[in-house]
Amino acid sequence: MKLYNTFISSASYRVRIALNLKGIAYEYVSVNPLKGENLEPEYLSVNPQGLIPTLVDGDNRLVQSLAIIEYLEEIHPAMPLLPLDPLGRARVRALALVPACEMHPIYTPRVRQHLSNELGLDQETSTAWGGHWNGMGFSALEALLQDSPHTGAFCHGNQPTLADACLVPQLFVARLVKSDVSQYSTLLRIEEACLALPEFEAAHPDNQPDKPADR
Amino acid sequence: MKLYSFYISSAAYRARIALNLKGIAYEYIPINMFAEEHLTPEYYEIHPQGLVPVLVDGGRTINQTLAIMEYLEEVYPEPSLLPADPAERARVRALALIPDCEMHPINNRRVRDYITKDLGISHESMIEWIGHWNAIGFAALEAFLSEGQHTGVFCHGDRPTLADVFLVPQLDAARRFETDLTPYPTVLRIEESCLELPEFQAAMPINQPDAPHE
Repeated sequence: MKLYNTFISSASYRVRIALNLKGIAYEYVSVNPLKGENLEPEYLSVNPQGLIPTLVDGDNRLVQSLAIIEYLEEIHPAMPLLPLDPLGRARVRALALVPACEMHPIYTPRVRQHLSNELGLDQETSTAWGGHWNGMGFSALEALLQDSPHTGAFCHGNQPTLADACLVPQLFVARLVKSDVSQYSTLLRIEEACLALPEFEAAHPDNQPDKPADR
Repeated sequence: MKLYSFYISSAAYRARIALNLKGIAYEYIPINMFAEEHLTPEYYEIHPQGLVPVLVDGGRTINQTLAIMEYLEEVYPEPSLLPADPAERARVRALALIPDCEMHPINNRRVRDYITKDLGISHESMIEWIGHWNAIGFAALEAFLSEGQHTGVFCHGDRPTLADVFLVPQLDAARRFETDLTPYPTVLRIEESCLELPEFQAAMPINQPDAPHE
């Protein structure tokens, strides 16, 4: 398998975590949007939207991080990232969808660029924008996790799931855009449990081959 | 089965289509978002985030539309809204995730309110903002669908799938914001096929009990 991705992209980070948790070896192909590499013809032939990540598995080209992770779950069910019971699966998917649908899309780099270039938002307002949506999403996650008997060492029980694979990258990005995450004690506890695992550690942006030495 | 719904909410519209396609009867509980019924203590008991829709199946409460769909697919597998092959399932899910993650979150009500009320941006600029992200999303969908060997009468083959369930409500929302849809002929052709089906028609906003009668 080949993963077209870059160190700092949170959607890429989610897929790296899933691949590592499942013990699937993959070739890391760096596509750096900071250098515009995602919009070069070479990559557009892999993913016409120019978004990352893309997973290539034989003849299959897979896009959208959640669809990629569900695919991995189906072809490689060992080390499951979803519980077995439908209600538990729905809980894990709903927890994963809070970052994937309600937080990340609203201040992904292309949205922030549009806010500053087209709508004329200054840096401070742009930071507040990120903080606002991160705050809403993390508060929702904290409430869902704190009050549930299903929460364990991780978001759902004592094994990492899809929910953790989406939570940890979102916390990483939130810090990059200077959102305050200190009040979400349950999230931080779960993040700590995740980052203690070598599979999460190896997926971390700092540990990727295309991370520049000066960051 | 109960669905907390609002007629014009595109996320609720998706859930209604999926329930109808699966032939599942449900009780429709209207939550009037214009009257802010989703922000009342009673509704927060049902959904702590105050979002619509919520599905209640027996004593089980499920939220987030994509999680609701996957739940329905697992508990009520026939008729299936996903193909059998894992790579094809990934294609359908990716097509569903474009509206779900790249379009709807940017144009939903609370984001629009933040832009106009908190940032003081004009209504016209907000409409342009929505049009911009809808155009990017529909262009991506059109490219995937017009080139995909798996595209049939519907987004994937000749039976409706999750991809159609997400596409049709996004088109409905886009029209409300006056987005020009003419550059997307494949998308429009598929929408037409969907709206010929009684399951889609019965899920349309205008056919809901809480739609205004005028």
